[in-house]
Parts: sequence; C-alpha cells; structure tokens
Amino acid sequence: MTRPLVPVLDQMKGARPSRAARRRDTPHPGGRLPSFDRAEGLPTACAATVAAIEAGRARDRRRAIGVVAGILVVIVAVGMLALALGDVPLAPAEVVAGLLGLEGTGGAVFIVQGLRLPRLLLALVVGAALGLSGALLQSVVRNPLASPDIVGVTGGASAAAVLAIAGGLTGLAVSGAALVGALVATSVVVAASGRAVAGARFVVIGIAVAFLANGIVGYALTRANLTQAQSAWFWLVGSVGSPSWDDVALVGSTVAVAALGLVAARRPLAAQSLDDGSARAIGASPVATRVAAMTGSSILAAVAVSVAGPIAFVAFASGPIARRLRGRSPALGTAALVGAAVVALADLVAQHLIPGTLSPPVGLITGAAGAVVLIALLVRGEQAGVDRGAARKGTRP
Amino acid sequence: MALLVLTVAASLAVGARATDPAAVLSVLIDPLALGAGSVDAVVVRELRVPRTVIGLLAGAALGVAGVVMQGVTRNPIADPGLLGVTAGSSFAVVVGIAVAGVTSVVGLAGFALVGALAAATVIALVASSARVGTSPALLVVAGAAVTAALSSLTTLVLLSDPQTLDRYRFWTVGSLTGRELDAGLALAPLVAAGLVGALIVGRSLDALALGDDVARGLGFRLAPTRAAAIAVVVVLAGTATALAGPIVFVGLVGAHAARAAVGGGHAARMPVAAVAGAALVLLADVLGRLVVPPGELEAGIVVAVLGAPLLIALVRSRSGVTA
Repeated sequence: MTRPLVPVLDQMKGARPSRAARRRDTPHPGGRLPSFDRAEGLPTACAATVAAIEAGRARDRRRAIGVVAGILVVIVAVGMLALALGDVPLAPAEVVAGLLGLEGTGGAVFIVQGLRLPRLLLALVVGAALGLSGALLQSVVRNPLASPDIVGVTGGASAAAVLAIAGGLTGLAVSGAALVGALVATSVVVAASGRAVAGARFVVIGIAVAFLANGIVGYALTRANLTQAQSAWFWLVGSVGSPSWDDVALVGSTVAVAALGLVAARRPLAAQSLDDGSARAIGASPVATRVAAMTGSSILAAVAVSVAGPIAFVAFASGPIARRLRGRSPALGTAALVGAAVVALADLVAQHLIPGTLSPPVGLITGAAGAVVLIALLVRGEQAGVDRGAARKGTRP
Repeated sequence: MALLVLTVAASLAVGARATDPAAVLSVLIDPLALGAGSVDAVVVRELRVPRTVIGLLAGAALGVAGVVMQGVTRNPIADPGLLGVTAGSSFAVVVGIAVAGVTSVVGLAGFALVGALAAATVIALVASSARVGTSPALLVVAGAAVTAALSSLTTLVLLSDPQTLDRYRFWTVGSLTGRELDAGLALAPLVAAGLVGALIVGRSLDALALGDDVARGLGFRLAPTRAAAIAVVVVLAGTATALAGPIVFVGLVGAHAARAAVGGGHAARMPVAAVAGAALVLLADVLGRLVVPPGELEAGIVVAVLGAPLLIALVRSRSGVTA
C-alpha cells in the first residue's frame, strides 16, 4: 500500500523520483516482501514519504529562487544597458546618479528619467503583462500553442483598437475598445471550439479568428490617410517607442492587480493541472476557474496591446521558457518575469543593434525571432513535456 | 459553373455607378456600340472588365493551388494563405517595390514567385518532420509562424519607406481594383501553365493520398512528385498574389467545394476548385462593392470574413480534422 505512494507523489510534483523512492521501487532481492510488522512499519514508511516530499519541495524552492534571481539579474543588466546606451552614452555611475536624481550630473537626470526610463519601464510592464496573459491561457487550456497572440485574442484587441482610433477615440477609450475586442475574440474562440477546449481545434479556430481580425485591421488601414496608416503600422507591429508615464501606470497597475489575483487564486489554478474530473473531486470548480482565468488573460493582453500594440510571440514564448527554467508548470510568476526580460532585451536589440537610421519597433524583433523559435519547437516537439505528462497520466491507474 | 457565370455578370454590371445590363452587354459585344466616349462604356471597359479578368485568374489559381497543397501535405485544412506561401510572395513583392524599384507587374510577379518558392520550401521542410507532418493543426500553426516572421520583415521594409507602404497597404488587403488588364493578360500564360501542371500532378497526388508506402509500391517516385506539386503551388499562388494581393482562404474553399462536388480524385477536383475559387473571389469583390456604397470593401477582406467561419466549421466537423 505504501510502496507505490512515494514515486507517485514525486511524479505529481513533476520531479524525478528521489533516490530513496527509486530504491524502494526496485523489487526486493529474492522476491521476498520487506519484513515489517504493521505497528512500526507504517510510521516509518510515512516518515520516509514526508521526508521525500519535503526534500522535493526544498529542491523546488531552491530552483525557483535561483531562476527568479537569474532573470532579475538579466533584467537589471538589460536595464542598465538600455539606460546607458543611446545618442549620449552614459557611464554606469552616471546612470545611477541619474536614477537617484543627484544634482550636478549635467543632463544625466533628464536623459535617464525623462527619456530612457519610461521606455524601459514600459517594455518591462508590457512584457510582464503579455507573459502572464500567455502563461495563464496556456495553463488553463493545457495547450502550449494556445497563446493570446496565436488564437486571435491580441488580433481582436488590435482590430477593435484600430477601429476605435479610426473612429476618433483616444486614450482610455481605445484601451476599452481593445478590451472589448479581446473579450469578443476569446468568447468566439471558446464558443466555437465547444467542449474540446484543450485540443488543437481550439488553436486552429483561434487562427481563423486571427485572420478575420487581420482582415478588419487591413480594412481600417486602407481607410486612413498615409500618415495615420504609417503610425498605425508602427503600433500594429508593437512598439514601446513612445512611452508615457500614464501608460506605464496603466499597464503596471493591471499587472499588479493580476498578480494579487493570481496569488489569491493559486489553489484553484493549481487544480487546473488536473483533469476536470479529478479537480472536481478535490473540491475545485474547474470551469469557473477557467472562465475567470481566460477573462484575466484577455484583460492583461488587451491592456498591453492598447498601449504598445500586439508585440508578437511574447505571450506565446514566455510560458514555455518559464516552464523549462522552473521544471514545472504553470510557473506564472516566472513567465511574467521572462516576458519582461524578453521585451526589454528585444527593444534593446531593436534600438541599438539594427543597422541604419531606422530604429524598428520591438515587435519586429520578437516577431522574426519568435517565429523561428515556434517552428523549432513544433518540429522538435516542444510538447514533449505535455505528451509525456499525458502518457504518464494514462499509465496511472 | 452557373454560379460563376452569374458572378461574372454581376461583376460586370454592379458597382458604384449604376449601369444598365443591356448597355453592359452591348459594350462587350461591340466596344464602340455606345460611342467611344460614353461613360458606361468607359466604366465597363476600363474598370470592370480588368478586375473581373483578374479576379477570375487569381481565384482559379488559388482554388487549384488549394487542392494541390492539400494533396501534397495530406492536410484537409491546407491553403496557400494559411501556410504562409502568399506571405512569402508579399515579402518578395515589397522588396521588389522598395529595394529594386520594380514597377512592372511582370517584374513583381517574378519576385512573388521567388518569395512563394522560399516560403513553400520552408513549409515543406517543416511538414516533412514526422510530428508536424502528421498533424494538420500543427502544420497550420507552423504556417502562422512563417506568416508572422515574414510579415515582420515586410513591415521592416515598409516602415523605412512610406511610398512603398502607400502602395502596399492597398495591395495587401487583396484588392482587384487598380490593376491593368494587360497585367492580367501578361500573367495569364503563367496561370495557365500552373493549371496544366496541376492536372499533370493530379494523378500522382491520388497515389500520395494512399500513403508513402503504397504510393512507392505503385511505382510513383515520392520526392519528384512532391517537388513538382510544390512547384505548381508556387507558380499558382505566386502569380495570384502578384495579381490580386495575398488572399487567404480561397484555396481552402475551392478545395472543399470540389471535394463536396466530385469526391476524392485530385485531377477531377481541380476544374471544380478553379471555378469555385474564381466564383468566390468575384462574389467577394461584388459584395465588397455593395456593402459600403459608395466605397468598397476589398475582395480579400470579404473572403476572410466568409472563409474564417468555413475553416471553423471544417475543424468542428468530425470528418474534417481530428488533429
């Protein structure tokens, strides 16, 4: 009774069975059952189980701390570079002085706080919002391909926002329109895929919706004059090049609220990694959780899109990268950090590594690089992890 | 076929300027019947005939390309637009306009063919991997990725060159307006060659549908067959894109209309797909003229609005895709 428990618990945590567990799992030499009497054997086995779980959790925690610290280091390094590079290069000391607002540093305060910091912060919060949005949708639909940028959610937001801009709206009204568009797109995809939310059908229907949204965007573009069309193109690729503190505050507060919500809802969300029947059996309500999570994911995507445009593939890639780093799903917080790091890094590349006078919008970098990543993952079988998980679930009695 | 005749008639007769059907007919029969300067005659001859011809060519080419593409990938939701082939053409055309300064339609068609070839090669390579090749849905996702990468590059070129953007933004929505008749005539031989090529590979595609092993057992050589089929798709989709811009879903609609009408044989499906594709593009063009008078909705947009629900219905139906 107690023998298979340890490996199963270990597997449920997504970790490799501990050495102790593996030893217990091997047949006893000579085929003899281990001799223990009921009175003392059971507590010993329980203690071993508890110890194995504790060890696994400690390992998980150490890995989480290491990963998060690593991403933070990357973000700080990218941030320092982003603040230091530009038409007026600054030394690291000058950057720090500019950040702290020290007097007597010439233009450093203005350059850092007035010009470069808003752009960096916008890149970070938009990346976090997209990463979180994508990882959330991927985890509740249990499909790494189901990210907002592939299944038409950002497409719906873009179409609605472009129509709103063409209709003369500005500011928050555009964000509101983007939100409506994202929610409509999500609802259409969910409604059209019926009960098979988890399958590839969901993704293909989403792609159909994305093409539809693309058509609407194209229509709006032909109706605009050339100047409007050009700025709309910049926005449609996804750019953090015209930051305002209002935008930073809007996206930042949305991410913060979403993060609080996720912390509050971490137990129902964890139950989403089970199938619906098992989730119900332990007292969760998987459908309600899924609807709430999809709504949250749409809101995050819509807010990010309304400010910075649909920056391609960030929502798609952040979740899988985070899962790989952490070695377990859903790793939502890590995905948000990954998204922030990716957008900040891509914007740095766009600003300084692309030759020529044109400084392309960040979405170009993520679009070109992300597509290559996506195809590589498809061919090499990124879903291997998912497949293995499914196979494991299947073999479990 | 009757539908095609109807849509051709409608395409000639309907538009922002109301024209009398009898007048249209007389202009067609004798260009000088109403006098060379008559407005009706000019409208029909200079505006409507060219866009009808171009719609016919592009629609037929895309419809047949859809059949060939579905055959060679064994994927019921393949479509040159969905799989990124037309995105390849778009990118090459933009490069042609912006960098090489090409203005002639024939020159642009050359670029479109090269771009389509590159994108089709990438997709074929992706489809040859065991995982993606056996899953129709994954192949479509790969196509979406190719489209995304190429449109990123396209945008990079466009943003650095407003003049190109101005031409491109009308071309990219799949519009039949503003094309010259002689452009259509110049590229018609290419479309015809593609259609003949499609009929030739049709039989081999039937064999491919039975599976690699059976096809090989029947004496078909797989690699040359695939290469020929891809070449056909490239010619058809590339030319259509050069003519009418990247229109998605026409291949999908054409192929499935043909399957519903005449069943599984590829060669038999091609004429039907050509007719259905042409009818769809023309119908979309006519609808586009009617819904927002006196303005127009470009054919590509109308096709997307009509085609997306069809793709959803296909994916939902049991016979369509089991992913």
